[in-house]
Amino acid sequence: MKSFVIFALITLALLTFGLYQALVAAPTEATMGDVQRIFYYHLPSAIIAFLCFFANFGASVYYLAKRCPKSDAVAVATAEVGIVFCTVVLITGPLWARPVWGIWWTWDARLTSTLVLWLIYVSYLLLRRYSAAGQNPVLCAVLAIFGAVDVVFVYMSIRWFRTQHPAPVFGGGENSGIDPRMAHAVYWNLLAFSAMALLVIWLRYRLERLRQQVDEAHATRAIAGGSR
Amino acid sequence: MNWVYVAYAAAWAIHIVYFITLTRGYQRVRRDIEDLNRQ
Repeated sequence: MKSFVIFALITLALLTFGLYQALVAAPTEATMGDVQRIFYYHLPSAIIAFLCFFANFGASVYYLAKRCPKSDAVAVATAEVGIVFCTVVLITGPLWARPVWGIWWTWDARLTSTLVLWLIYVSYLLLRRYSAAGQNPVLCAVLAIFGAVDVVFVYMSIRWFRTQHPAPVFGGGENSGIDPRMAHAVYWNLLAFSAMALLVIWLRYRLERLRQQVDEAHATRAIAGGSR
Repeated sequence: MNWVYVAYAAAWAIHIVYFITLTRGYQRVRRDIEDLNRQ
């Protein structure tokens, strides 16, 4: 518990410093102006959402192979936190697009595939919530594998298609890259939000494990009551 | 700068709402555990 509180305090300090980097330390972009600062929340959120969905994929494959309840709990936790960060991407994106492109939304490859990704994982959680118990984690694990395929498509979409969304600024080959002070702001926010994601995934994992234990206790009592 | 503040506020609102949902989930499970112990 003590180490959890220390980690939470470090995360809070990192988030505060990340906010300072994004709003104060990073220089104003020449063509877009201050609105470009949305980038410091938009990009780290997208990276963390992708990492969460990949972790969900790994946990789902492991669950299908071993039927381990712990990996199922990891899968739920990472899917939920991934959706939270993907929602941030889908909200901050249009808020950036409106003043820069003059439109809130366009059906280009990156935007559409991100929306599809979000819908896949929302359906994953709905399937968990409303389907009958028993085969529920197996069905969700299979759906998670399809979701992971879309993660790859979302990542590659701005490399395969040249549409409205800007080309990648990191790892985009020649003519890509940003001012080092801007890159610092990205890295600090990525670190801060990664720490926060780890913290929240841990909390959600613990909650799911408790739920599994409660369900198990209910099932054991029902069997014991029925056999009397 | 207004767009930036709106975007940052929206991002934090999403995280805070999720955190509240998580806290409520813990309260529900704790109630379930207490019920189980009482039975």
